[in-house]
Amino acid sequence: MNAHDTSGTEGDGSPVTVLRAPIVLEYEYSAGQSASRFLRAIAEGRLLGQRCPVDGRVYFPSRGSCPQHAVTFGDEVVELSDKGTIVTFSIVRVPSKNIPLELPYITVNVLLDGADTILMHVLDADLDDVHMGMRVQAVWKPREEWTTSTENILFFRPIDEPDADYDSYKEHI
Amino acid sequence: MREVAVVGFTQSPSVRREPDRNEVEILIPVLQALREQTGLAGAECDFICSGSSDYLAGQSFAFVSGLDAVGAWPPVSESHVEMDGAWALYEAWVKIQMGYADTALAYGFGKPSMGDLPITLALQLDPYSVMPLWPDTISVAGLQARHCLERGLFTADEMAAVAVRDRGNAKTNPYAQVKGDFTVEGILAEPFLVNPLRKSDCAPISDGASAILLAAGDRATQICERPAWIRGFEHICEPMDFGVRDLGRSRGTEIAAEKAGVSSDKIDVAELSAPFTHQSILVERALGLPPETRINPSGGALAGNPLMAVGLSRIGECAARIFRGEADRAVAHATSGPCLQQNLVCVLEGR
Repeated sequence: MNAHDTSGTEGDGSPVTVLRAPIVLEYEYSAGQSASRFLRAIAEGRLLGQRCPVDGRVYFPSRGSCPQHAVTFGDEVVELSDKGTIVTFSIVRVPSKNIPLELPYITVNVLLDGADTILMHVLDADLDDVHMGMRVQAVWKPREEWTTSTENILFFRPIDEPDADYDSYKEHI
Repeated sequence: MREVAVVGFTQSPSVRREPDRNEVEILIPVLQALREQTGLAGAECDFICSGSSDYLAGQSFAFVSGLDAVGAWPPVSESHVEMDGAWALYEAWVKIQMGYADTALAYGFGKPSMGDLPITLALQLDPYSVMPLWPDTISVAGLQARHCLERGLFTADEMAAVAVRDRGNAKTNPYAQVKGDFTVEGILAEPFLVNPLRKSDCAPISDGASAILLAAGDRATQICERPAWIRGFEHICEPMDFGVRDLGRSRGTEIAAEKAGVSSDKIDVAELSAPFTHQSILVERALGLPPETRINPSGGALAGNPLMAVGLSRIGECAARIFRGEADRAVAHATSGPCLQQNLVCVLEGR
């Protein structure tokens, strides 16, 4: 059926019940000053957050402004580790596009070391082992495949460190 | 009715393209300036309402991120209209009238440079019989202009004179995008963009934002030395179908102007949001402005056209002249939809 087909036949008096009117609109986005800096850094394997000038909390990823205090962050950046702590998790048993893991897999909210906001990602671990407070680290794509994309991080994986204190992440649950 | 006034107004410069900043980054300085002007932060207002369009942003619920510029924590009472910020201001005014708020923030923002605006706006046309033909906004406005010219309602010279006036006025407006000494002869020598419209007959495409603070009664006089009191506020919508309304007059503006009480007294200043010169003439006539009224001292939409903020800015420009004592009574107009489909009229007074 092309764009101008209708289900009624010309002149037969039956009602037109289908009208196809495809809509294609093209946009040229700018990620914005802050997100652009974040994306250029992640292309080099670096994770940049930004600090709120009002309360000092570190936002990752930064969108250039503090949604709580409505101030811009300026040019200061905070370099973060790719290690963090699992704040919450969920086990997924339905398939989803663009997730390079076989079902069932684990989605996690990770609090990166040095950040005050959580990052949602997936975890490659045994279903029985995952738990709150678990220490994890990002697993990156091969360096030659890095681009200005958060997809440079494939997933997180547990590391051999003692669990984080509950107090250190409780406000992010 | 409660006494409600505009007590603050700020805007970003209108620019053809904001290459780096996203909408929130455009909006934050505007709202910070409003806070400095009024002493009240957006999040401290009893009610907040924004006007923007997801079609311009190309993302669903894009307006939600606009709240990042307000600082919506602890949670705030807010709303959104998929319309120009002038209608967001109307909703805020109704909230105050109903007694739910004493102060309210209204803001509008748009970044149409990300898409192909004349094509995007085809989506506001009748989805069955008109939109599938993808008529762009300039062509649709051109049909209206041709209709008016053929009926002898005005001449191409009169249309060009509107652009000369507005862009000349805009020379003193640091936020305007297109300004300077144009002449009728010069404009008539321009090639047609869409016959009978020349480039100078059309408002520019602009990225930008603006914001207004409203306050009721004593709160208004505490915040602002000379508030711009809202004496009338109406909006009227006409049918979407071009065939069932008279395109040679703006009936909706006439009704809104009458209900808002435009005709009862002198008018020092009028700010019109008409995005084409011929539409400016139709709106002027519909408002029934006296000859001494100064029209578009800021330059109006033909000098800067940040879609979703341009109408709100017309109200703000009127209010700012009242704040400064340059006007006692002003009329602001905003429009939405093709060929002046929906129109809003706001009457402001300094006492």
